[in-house]
Amino acid sequence: MTNEPRSAPPQYVARLRRALGGRLGWGGFVLQILFAAALVWIGYEIVANARANLQSQRITSGFGFLANTAGFDVSQNLIPYSGSDSYARVFLVGLLNTLVVAIIGIFFATVIGFLIALGRLSPNWLLSRICGGYVELVRNLPLLFQILFWYLAVLGALPGPRQSISIFGGIFLSNRGLVVPKPIADSGLAPFALAVLIAIIASWLLRTYARRQLFETGKLLTIWPYALGLLIGLPLIAWLAFGAPVTFEIPILKGFNFSGGSRVIPEFVALTLALSTYTGAFIAEIVRAGIQSVHKGQLEAGSSLGLPRGSTLRLIVVPQALRVILPPLTNQYLNLTKNSSLAVAIGYPDLVSVFAGTTLSQTGQAIEIIAITMGVYLLISLVTSAIMSFYGWRISRSLG
Amino acid sequence: MKRVSLVFSLALAATFWSQAATAQTLKTVTDRGMVSCGVSQGLPGFSSPDDKGNWTGLDVDICRAIAAAIFNDPNKVKFVPLSAKDRFTALQSGEIDLLSRNTTWTLSRDTSLGANFTGVTYYDGQGFLVKKSLKVNSALELNSASICVQTGTTTEQNLADYFKGNNMKYEVIAFGSADETVKAYESGRCDVFTADVSQLFAERLKLSNPADHNVLPEVISKEPLGPMVRHGDDQWFDLVKWVLFAMIDAEELGVTQKNVDDMAKSDKPEFKRVFGADGNLGEQLGLTKDWVSRIVKAVGNYGESFDRNVGAGSKLGIARGLNQLWNRGGIQYAPPIR
Repeated sequence: MTNEPRSAPPQYVARLRRALGGRLGWGGFVLQILFAAALVWIGYEIVANARANLQSQRITSGFGFLANTAGFDVSQNLIPYSGSDSYARVFLVGLLNTLVVAIIGIFFATVIGFLIALGRLSPNWLLSRICGGYVELVRNLPLLFQILFWYLAVLGALPGPRQSISIFGGIFLSNRGLVVPKPIADSGLAPFALAVLIAIIASWLLRTYARRQLFETGKLLTIWPYALGLLIGLPLIAWLAFGAPVTFEIPILKGFNFSGGSRVIPEFVALTLALSTYTGAFIAEIVRAGIQSVHKGQLEAGSSLGLPRGSTLRLIVVPQALRVILPPLTNQYLNLTKNSSLAVAIGYPDLVSVFAGTTLSQTGQAIEIIAITMGVYLLISLVTSAIMSFYGWRISRSLG
Repeated sequence: MKRVSLVFSLALAATFWSQAATAQTLKTVTDRGMVSCGVSQGLPGFSSPDDKGNWTGLDVDICRAIAAAIFNDPNKVKFVPLSAKDRFTALQSGEIDLLSRNTTWTLSRDTSLGANFTGVTYYDGQGFLVKKSLKVNSALELNSASICVQTGTTTEQNLADYFKGNNMKYEVIAFGSADETVKAYESGRCDVFTADVSQLFAERLKLSNPADHNVLPEVISKEPLGPMVRHGDDQWFDLVKWVLFAMIDAEELGVTQKNVDDMAKSDKPEFKRVFGADGNLGEQLGLTKDWVSRIVKAVGNYGESFDRNVGAGSKLGIARGLNQLWNRGGIQYAPPIR
């Protein structure tokens, strides 16, 4: 008898079978199709029945309302908006307000979190206790309470617009928010921007050159005075040659409020402050755990190579810690975004306030609006997760 | 999360309800032994709980009058406090049998919400509350002001219309509840608090120094407030409608809480009809013959309820104004009981 090597069964068929029917084979596949079809049918029946019933009750349904005129105003709009725009526009205004709070909040929460974590790990007894105290205090108080605290107790204590605190005669701080001069593009803007761009590219080329020199010849070139000279000098020349890039519109107190200038409303400040300090406390603990999870030997190896403590942390410890930090950090980012819907308590016009609030009660189309709002939060969360996963994937790849 | 759960129950109801189930509110109420009534979260004069948890107010009296007409007991009411945003969803989903919550009657609300207004309990209009120290005497001087408003009301749109119509600028800050709005106004975040005038008087009482604040003379909108019921149950619609009419007619006939027993014995044909000695008007509504005397005994006539809750006999001290009877200079008018 000869041992003929048996040809392997074609793998792809088995794989397809496994994917479609599991261990039950093709029969299982049929079952799955039936199950999916039943699900789709139930879903369709639910929607169709709900529609028919709402119609017979003469409750307006559908998404036609989005094109109707909103007829109310919003205190903060990042895109041009007035009361004569549509509900769809209101939705966008609210969404952008939510996103801007989330993004700025995430940025500051991360900065606060990392600083507090490093402070807590510092050998300095006082600093480490202060940071520990911050974490325990902030993360153990309810968030809504903190938002109201910042809004009513801190920002509410600022003087009225007529007694506002003035800085350099152009910046005004009052209980109506922070008013700053508004930059308006002038004739010199284009040359100025070009000069800045050229300076940045030149500095970057210089740095690349210096690095190559360092790696090839071992010579350490000092380039920062040249880069600084480029970055300041070129724009300055452009300014002198072509005139000022921007002029400023100085806010003036007129009637009840300031007119002109740009304004940051106190609702935005209070919400961002509360969200970033609160989430920052959680992030601090996550970062601390991540850093402590890196073996002590890594730090010692760094020191024995003669790296300064800062570089050891930056180049050796943090990249390894990030692998531990990232998943729970993503959770915190998602929490912050979702918590921003507490805005309605202090009148910040976020998505929940203007869309799931005012628009809902004006149109009465609760099912559609709540569904859209939930869908949007889901989408924001999924996108955030995806970005963080991508970042994590890049880090793990670079670590090998 | 109340709102989400309400929406969810509405979605469930919309999925499974059928016409027959919605058309028997009176039977549902009788079986339950309670009227479920949607009210505000606390608006003095209209619907607010006292320190013992007893609800009082003009809107509350409508609920109590209905309970009195059905059960002869004004306390058989379950009060469901609702925010401005949640009120319609609560009615649509069947959580409440009627909404008696200072709600303005508008065309879009009447047509698109699957609900009907049954009448007007209070003729109101939107006004402005300002600090006296600002020395403002007219709403037309409010250019560039910051204005606090409660979200989910007709107020926001009226405000936009008024300022646009008068070419004035303003900043609006919208809060979720009346309490938050008033707090922000008091802290100085806004120059002006705007709401229905009756509400301004009521909220002013809650401020630390009510005398420092002024309601401006301008009334910028028509706000007829009234109860609402779901579409699809005409019997219940008629019942709620006629309970209010009975209170107004009782005032017109001079029937009060005190003299109702004597009046019921009157021989005048009109009184015989109203009090059920003649005909079967009460039964036609699905009630008993003595429905009017039950109502008046429980909450008094419309004028008595008005005085006790928002008028001269209350802390609010609002004048009858438009809400006076039609034959005494106001516009409150009810069809005859016959």
